[in-house]
Amino acid sequence: MNPFTYRRATTAPEAAAAAALPGHRLLGGGTNLVDLMRKGVEHPETLIDVTGFSQQIELTPGGGLLIGGAVRNSALAAHPQVRRDYPLLSRAVLTGASAQIRNMATVAGNVMQRTRCTYFADPAASRCNKRVPGSGCDAQGGFTRYHAILGGSSACIATHPSDMCVALAALDATLHLLGPDGPRALPLSEFHRLPGDTPHLETELRPGEIITGVELPPPLPAMRSAYRKVRDRASYAFALVSVGACITVENGHFAEIRLAFGGIAHRPWRATRAEAALRSGPATPEAVEAALKLEFAEARPLDGNAFKLPLARRSAAALLAQLIGETA
Amino acid sequence: MAITINGTEVPLPEDPRMSLAEFLRDGLHLTGTKIGCNQGGCGACTVLIDGQRVLSCLTLAVQAEGREVTTIEGLSSGDDLHPLQEAFIAHDGFQCGYCTPGQICAATAMLRELAEGMPSSVTGDLSRPAPLTAEEIRERMSGNLCRCGAHNGIIAAILQVAQEGAA
Repeated sequence: MNPFTYRRATTAPEAAAAAALPGHRLLGGGTNLVDLMRKGVEHPETLIDVTGFSQQIELTPGGGLLIGGAVRNSALAAHPQVRRDYPLLSRAVLTGASAQIRNMATVAGNVMQRTRCTYFADPAASRCNKRVPGSGCDAQGGFTRYHAILGGSSACIATHPSDMCVALAALDATLHLLGPDGPRALPLSEFHRLPGDTPHLETELRPGEIITGVELPPPLPAMRSAYRKVRDRASYAFALVSVGACITVENGHFAEIRLAFGGIAHRPWRATRAEAALRSGPATPEAVEAALKLEFAEARPLDGNAFKLPLARRSAAALLAQLIGETA
Repeated sequence: MAITINGTEVPLPEDPRMSLAEFLRDGLHLTGTKIGCNQGGCGACTVLIDGQRVLSCLTLAVQAEGREVTTIEGLSSGDDLHPLQEAFIAHDGFQCGYCTPGQICAATAMLRELAEGMPSSVTGDLSRPAPLTAEEIRERMSGNLCRCGAHNGIIAAILQVAQEGAA
């Protein structure tokens, strides 16, 4: 690990000012960053510990919830209001990592975590355009079980590993950012980028900007939601495919539907095409099937992950069938 | 610039690169804490910070400044074993013993989490406290791997202590 200096920021503006300086990186729980530093992927000169502020979960005036960026994943999942009004979020967070890691990891850090692509994490033996732009991608033609089937490029097929972000996407969450030009808000679904030919640019975060919190809109009346995660073992594993959904059904029709996938793309994948096809339409298995076919029309599975395409479609269909059943 | 380990205040290491696990073992010779994978995958390095279970291999020692760390050495006093240690022996909850300190530190915090009503991913109803079942304990202990495969004994040991605590 390269030498670095460590200090704690006590306010969000102080952290944002530090984040603008060269070689400075923000440190939340460290479950991802410290590991990547040890592996030689990350080389910060200064770590700014940002766990000392933005630790609250508060009701917003509009009836939503504002979750501080430094709230620990375990505290988020266990929060009474989250369990009652946004069970999808509790469920997704609880399927992620282990209890120890959830105790350490912060909400903002979860959003900012980097891909678990093994080629990305292996500077000694693997080429990676995300790590060294223009160097090549050894995942292509390699072991692609955990790689993308949607939105990838010839430069990068890495996936975003978060469970929490899939739930946040399906819940229409908004990120609160603070930077040199003041605060701004950005929908979570628009925060992570697709790789294109610049896979090293992963988010819309500008230099000197930090995530101060995540806002959830008020829960919809009679909303049903659920999270389903498919993985190689029953616990403590990243998703091969995960899906989160929120629906409301009126008179047999989707009044609202929000659907997001994890484990299949460079970002938490909000299924906007399927949503548009289903919204206001009949809540039937046939309609769901057709909408999912549309959503995955441009999927580009690889030899090692072709199973993910039917798996993602079947998982989403089963989840929606379950939710429709609950509204009946 | 200090950190409290098992009730004793000690100065922090000067090098911020030192993980809490390395500091405990190499700096303080508290070798009960084990380093398995050193990348957050096995749970052998589990310790408690302010009562919460964390991975000491992914925690920089400086991050724990001003906080209270409890290791396996802090759970018992002399030959007076912690109830979980007694139960692990009674149920053959280990073979080689390498993962055991991490297992027991994790179980200590896990029992408190259960008692406080924290949910897990196998909890059926998020609005009620989770039931005390082997399935719940198995899920909650999934961050601690045992290569000897003593998991059944581990779960039985923890379940017994949990039931005695609940009685």
